[in-house]
Amino acid sequence: MLCTKRLIVINMRLNHIVIIALLLCTTLVFAQTNGDTTLQNAADSIARLFDIDEIIVTAHKKDEPVIPVQRLEGQRLEGLSTQSVADAVRYFSGVQVKDYGGVGGLKTVDVRSMGTNHLGVFYDGIEIGNAQNGTVDLGKFSMDNIEEISLYNGQKSEIFQAAKDYGSAGTLYLKTRRPKFQDGKRYNLQLVMKAGTFGLANPSVLYEQKLTDNLHLSVNGEYTYAHGRYHFRYRKVLPDGTVAWDTTAVRQNGDVNAWRGEIGFFGYINEGKWHIKAYCYGSEKGIPGAIVNNVWTNSQRQWDRNAFVQGNFTKTFVKGYDFQVNAKYSNDWMRYLNPDTTLMYIDNAFTQQEIYLSMAHRLNALGKQSAFARMRTIPVNLDFSLSADYQWNYLQGNLANFVFPERNTVLLAAATQIYWKYIKAQASVLATFVHDKIHVPTLTTATATRQKPQFTPAVFLSYQPYLKEELYLRAFYKRIFRMPTFNDLYYTDMGNISLQPEYTTQYDGGIQYDKKWQRGVFRNISIKADGYFNQVKNKIVAIPKGNGQYRWMMMNYGYVEIRGCDVNLSTTLDLTHDVLLTVSAAYTYQKAQDFTSPEEITYGGQIAYVPWHSGSATANLQWHGLSFNYAFIYVGERYHNSANIPANHEQPWYTHDLTVAYELPLKSCRLHFAMEINNMLNQQYDIILNYPMPGINGKGIIKIII
Amino acid sequence: MDKKYICIICLIACVAMSGCRENITIISGEEEQHGVAQQTDITGFYLLNEGNMGSNKSTLDFYDFTTATYRRNIYAEANPNVPKELGDVGNDIQIYGNRLYAVINCSNKVEVLDARTCHRIGQIDVPNCRYLRFHEGYGYLTSYAGPVVINPNYEQIGYVAKFDTATLTLVDTCHVGFQPDGLEVVSGNIFVANSGGYMVPNYENTLSVIDLQTFNETQRIPIAVNLHRVSADKYGQLWVSSRGDYYTTPSRLYCINPLTRTITDSVETAVSNFCIVGDSLYFYATEWSYVSMQDSICYGIIDVKTHKILPQSFITDGTDKNIKKPYGIAVHPITREVYVTDAKNYVTPGMLHCYSPQGILQWSVRTGDIPAHFAFLTAKK
Repeated sequence: MLCTKRLIVINMRLNHIVIIALLLCTTLVFAQTNGDTTLQNAADSIARLFDIDEIIVTAHKKDEPVIPVQRLEGQRLEGLSTQSVADAVRYFSGVQVKDYGGVGGLKTVDVRSMGTNHLGVFYDGIEIGNAQNGTVDLGKFSMDNIEEISLYNGQKSEIFQAAKDYGSAGTLYLKTRRPKFQDGKRYNLQLVMKAGTFGLANPSVLYEQKLTDNLHLSVNGEYTYAHGRYHFRYRKVLPDGTVAWDTTAVRQNGDVNAWRGEIGFFGYINEGKWHIKAYCYGSEKGIPGAIVNNVWTNSQRQWDRNAFVQGNFTKTFVKGYDFQVNAKYSNDWMRYLNPDTTLMYIDNAFTQQEIYLSMAHRLNALGKQSAFARMRTIPVNLDFSLSADYQWNYLQGNLANFVFPERNTVLLAAATQIYWKYIKAQASVLATFVHDKIHVPTLTTATATRQKPQFTPAVFLSYQPYLKEELYLRAFYKRIFRMPTFNDLYYTDMGNISLQPEYTTQYDGGIQYDKKWQRGVFRNISIKADGYFNQVKNKIVAIPKGNGQYRWMMMNYGYVEIRGCDVNLSTTLDLTHDVLLTVSAAYTYQKAQDFTSPEEITYGGQIAYVPWHSGSATANLQWHGLSFNYAFIYVGERYHNSANIPANHEQPWYTHDLTVAYELPLKSCRLHFAMEINNMLNQQYDIILNYPMPGINGKGIIKIII
Repeated sequence: MDKKYICIICLIACVAMSGCRENITIISGEEEQHGVAQQTDITGFYLLNEGNMGSNKSTLDFYDFTTATYRRNIYAEANPNVPKELGDVGNDIQIYGNRLYAVINCSNKVEVLDARTCHRIGQIDVPNCRYLRFHEGYGYLTSYAGPVVINPNYEQIGYVAKFDTATLTLVDTCHVGFQPDGLEVVSGNIFVANSGGYMVPNYENTLSVIDLQTFNETQRIPIAVNLHRVSADKYGQLWVSSRGDYYTTPSRLYCINPLTRTITDSVETAVSNFCIVGDSLYFYATEWSYVSMQDSICYGIIDVKTHKILPQSFITDGTDKNIKKPYGIAVHPITREVYVTDAKNYVTPGMLHCYSPQGILQWSVRTGDIPAHFAFLTAKK
């Protein structure tokens, strides 16, 4: 594999030759141990360690994922103004972020309109669960120590992975920083202070220590405070254009107080590696609520405590056979308080626990690492993998008539991967067994319910017509489901114990083309386009029931069809005088129609909050230590309901953000300064009806790297 | 070459302009013709759409009998200068004198409009207000919002607020049970249905009696859990509906003698909403069934003299099957036409259906979200 690896070095300076030599050596070492993907990862991470802007590493075509992936990392990620993971995810195509506004506001992500519950979010390789309501608030995950975000439609383009990784319609991987030490250094220290509008104060510290050559430690802490107040403006005009009403108010009760601590150990062993990580997060925040007539402030509050310990162990036992184990325990506590005595007084607390164990095996049956490796004539590379996961979830709550649900899940996945000449293919099947137990207060023994076992397949194909051109045609089919959550099934008075899983079926066809040049203005160009058709069946929706008092029941009721296309373009230009310009754009078209009931006005209507057109564009200009970054996000017209009538229409919105950063290399350390201005045109908009978003806002960042 | 670039730039500009954010225009009312024009003392009715909580989409519709036109969403057009329009979750509507009073629950106010032009006159601020009745120049309004007491186990007692319709100011309050809903003024007293809806599973089960003279609660009559609506018929009997506890205790309708303050009868049917005209009590019931996992819905008429359900319902042509979620009912006091609303799934626009006195569907029209409460407008004398 290594011999086919190419390195293109732009604007190479003398000291970089050393680095590249080092890079090559290290990749050699890694290549021996862990196959192609690890090799690629190792090369990438080492490249990142040094001045990435000077080196562009390209992998050989065989490393090109079968499955379309979108990734934000390195300089591009750093250049974007992102406080939380949700802010970064907005730049991906096919993604809608539901943002309720403000630093502490709820932010969830919906990929290709299949619903928030269908996105699996993985933190350092292990899924962040929420058995209670199935959604992950990405607003809670700070960008402070995130070094790479990747979004896969379908599943990650790899077969050596846990069964969980096959279990969602789309997957988002958040990769935190792994300790890396420059030659001769035994520790790294990074101090960051961010401050800005909404009273934001956000210090963080990162410390990495090389305990031994094979054991590294990383400690990371962060505190976030914001009063969360900002001006917002609502304005309507008469048909003749004169102002009907125009009102400005201050968003209240959006304060947030959050801290996060992480400690990790990273070990390297013969033919393998391991890491273990503990994560703690605590927050208290106000829930700003909907702005409606005569109500300009709310007083609800929420507290969160999330803690988990997770680990991974990967080893190649014999050549061609790899093995990995993942394990996790998490304990999440949440309290919601409505102290407003004019409304229903609510003080609910919930504790969720999760135990997760996973084992995965990979066997290289034919190919470089297999027993037949010496027979060089075999043009086929064939891998098999098998993984088994076990998960236990338990939810406690102080609601009346709460049933304390408990869930045991077993996931088994079998997958295979084949390269043959111009074709690369993956196929997998996932078996899911779910067994729930509930503890009805009036009964002494637990009641058990079993979901029908589910078998769901996925097939991915990639075809490279010309060996010399990086042109790929690809297609995938995947059928998967989401289990009804504890709230869907058992929430007092609203849950429906007879719910079935909600299924998604995805069909995708795409094309990708990459071209690189060694000289000239254009240095590379990359085009990706995918067209897709998705179906969401048995969609779990809340249906009103009984007589009044806002009583709802969860039902398998909806049916949605989504037709869409995602297009991504990016190019790097080498302008004169060491000026490097990278421009990227993403565009999404989606027709997501509600085909639930033919007799209703909603039949065929675009589903709530999905725009037909949306996109983003970023431009990054680098000149020595100085960088300018411009980002544009566009969300076209939408309806807040699948009844597409004028009363439900929502105007497009778009924001322009600018970041200027300068890095000052000193003798003993590096200083990094950045200024961000977001929503420069001060657009006043709602993403979610009656949840006003902030207008122009800014932030300053100082980073000291020792 | 240059021309080509100009063309491309123009094209991009066009596309960009079409995708630009524009000023948000006040939504104009929409008009549709339905039914046949009729001339009686009643010139039309208002329909208040609740709108789902947090959506701020409570809207007002009006049907004009004289021209047979249905006008949808008329508030914003009549009052274009009111920020954030009518408000969040309309819960009751009444006409008293020449004014229309709309109780907007989650906007914590009663909106006061001119009954004919719909122009805004003012508002009365009452948090978490529910239902409204009038008597001799005063409005009586139930509210869930108890006094503020610092105590984590505090239970929020409700009250009835009294306001002067001349000045639109609150003059008094009287504490009643937990989460009071419907109320009725009869024989010198106000009867208030206490629900206890926030106290699940410890619902209230009493009807509070308030003396109009002293404006003090004088008695609580135990009836059934989770009381909802109270209405008097022309014989002075009070009809009270209970929602039940949704588990073992079903919804029921009770007949009360307001003088002896005792239950005189109960009708063996669930009742979600009702409307009394003459000797007939028109009702519908939606009750959730855990067996079929859907609402079982029924429609019927009770003779208030005999307390018996009549053999025939007020929908006779089988079109009741098309109503997913009956949510509001009104009967024309003169023609006896019946109006039933369908709230569908609470988040999409509902429907209003008009039935002839014989129970035949006359016309249907799309309404706002969660169409629910009616008020008939009489001709100016």
